[in-house]
Amino acid sequence: MAEPLTGNDEPLLVAEGLAKNYGRLIACRDISFALYPGEVLAVVGESGSGKSTLLQLLSAQLAPSAGRVSYRMRDGVLRDLASLGEAERRFLFRTDWGFVHQDPAQGLRMAVSAGANVGERLMAVGWNHYGRIRKAASSWLERVEIEVSRIDDVPRTYSGGMRQRLQIARNLVTEPRLVFMDEPTGGLDVSVQARLLDLMRNLVSELGLAAIIITHDLAVARLLSHRVMVMKGGQVIETGLTDQVLDDPREPYTQLLVSSILPP
Amino acid sequence: MNASAYNFAYLDEQTKRMIRRAILKAIAIPGYQVPFASREMPMPYGWGTGGVQVTAAILGPDDVLKVIDQGSDDTTNAISIRKFFAKTAGVATTTSTEDATVIQTRHRIPEAPLHAGQVLVYQVPIPEPLRFLEPRETETRRMHALGEYGLMHVKLYEDIARFGHIATSYAYPVKVNARYVMDPSPTPKFDNPKMDDCPALQLFGAGREKRIYAIPPHTTVVSLDFEDHPFTRYRFDAPCALCGADDTYLDEIVRDDQGSRMFVCSDTDYCEGRQAAGHRGTESAAPHKERAHG
Repeated sequence: MAEPLTGNDEPLLVAEGLAKNYGRLIACRDISFALYPGEVLAVVGESGSGKSTLLQLLSAQLAPSAGRVSYRMRDGVLRDLASLGEAERRFLFRTDWGFVHQDPAQGLRMAVSAGANVGERLMAVGWNHYGRIRKAASSWLERVEIEVSRIDDVPRTYSGGMRQRLQIARNLVTEPRLVFMDEPTGGLDVSVQARLLDLMRNLVSELGLAAIIITHDLAVARLLSHRVMVMKGGQVIETGLTDQVLDDPREPYTQLLVSSILPP
Repeated sequence: MNASAYNFAYLDEQTKRMIRRAILKAIAIPGYQVPFASREMPMPYGWGTGGVQVTAAILGPDDVLKVIDQGSDDTTNAISIRKFFAKTAGVATTTSTEDATVIQTRHRIPEAPLHAGQVLVYQVPIPEPLRFLEPRETETRRMHALGEYGLMHVKLYEDIARFGHIATSYAYPVKVNARYVMDPSPTPKFDNPKMDDCPALQLFGAGREKRIYAIPPHTTVVSLDFEDHPFTRYRFDAPCALCGADDTYLDEIVRDDQGSRMFVCSDTDYCEGRQAAGHRGTESAAPHKERAHG
């Protein structure tokens, strides 16, 4: 897919000809795009369309069968993720990247307090001062609208929406430049979803984050993203600016997706 | 049973060679947990099967063996392991820290300073310091390999958040040779500073978990902490009731159901040595009776 977005910046993440197959089953085929700093890209499509596989390929959790993913490191050099050592990749994962899981239990340590959950990444990059770690943790809890008085409670005692907000705080505390989100609002009720989306929209614009959001919910895509990629059967069938794709879909499948939303 | 039916120190020679190879590797990489093919021993897991195998592998006919359990030479566990090696290896045994060449220990480091040429063998129940925070062995191994130890501080953070200070009082994590984070077995953190720059060789054996690790002589061992919550030793604030020592690790002994208690040295050999030298505590005005063990 061609990259229509203009900007004076260089791309943050570049995917070229990405493909993944499990034996004869093709999960992703020939996916190319570039993501720019501060840009939010939504990947939409129904279950089994290869969205989650794509996210794992992009975040280097899965090795592609063909093609490659390059990322611009903080020193400005674009590097192929496959060429990074495991230590470098894991370091990237807990500093410059964030990963928000659909199920917060996967992204949080459910048995340790909220403060330690947020502080873990800081301790992993060498913070060694309890007072400062705690201060950073409380300020992040405030930013994601969790009462600071609950800093010592474990996430098990949190509601679903709070857990998801805690997971976001935990990911953003090291000021990453790129956040991957896998169905961040899945499984939450509608009013909680709305609040979470509002929070995410503010944080993304405040921090100038780039984000790749996997979702089957077109409302999430419309609210958060600048650009949309529509996937079907492992391929990207349509891509463009969010309002353009959602208001004037070209492909029959996209038209079907858009028309399947109940009118408000 | 006829003791001569056993090979020297119970284990067969092949097994001892295998364990020695693991020990050599452990000494070469201080703090690294070396897997080994742990054998069934004639005692239950949790009673020191790891320590016994390490001792059996390093013991020679000229060695003098001391075994302590929580600092004491005269508990069931210490006596039976000492007898076990007296019977299967015919080695001399002692209760004196000074005279021993091999000291097998459960949960204490002797108070008397160790010297070069001695080997301290620890019995270890759970060798993985990250275990309770990260249950996956594949993941903890990777974390050790890459030196990702942020998680260890999460545990200390939790302590401070809950109790206001680092409440971990035993099995307190240490960093060995500025590389591997290690669980010093459930010794009280009072003993942690003794591991640093120790002239004796320290070996750790975990029988059920099948791991051996080591601290070679004169290796740096640093207890983890926060800048604003530094590592501190802990002991009951009292002198020993028998020998009057005010710098040793104490056991608390409850004496009745009225709340009266006494504190005595956990290291029995050290305490008896002090009493023999004329030191007295509040509870030992009468001359000390004969030693209870042999």
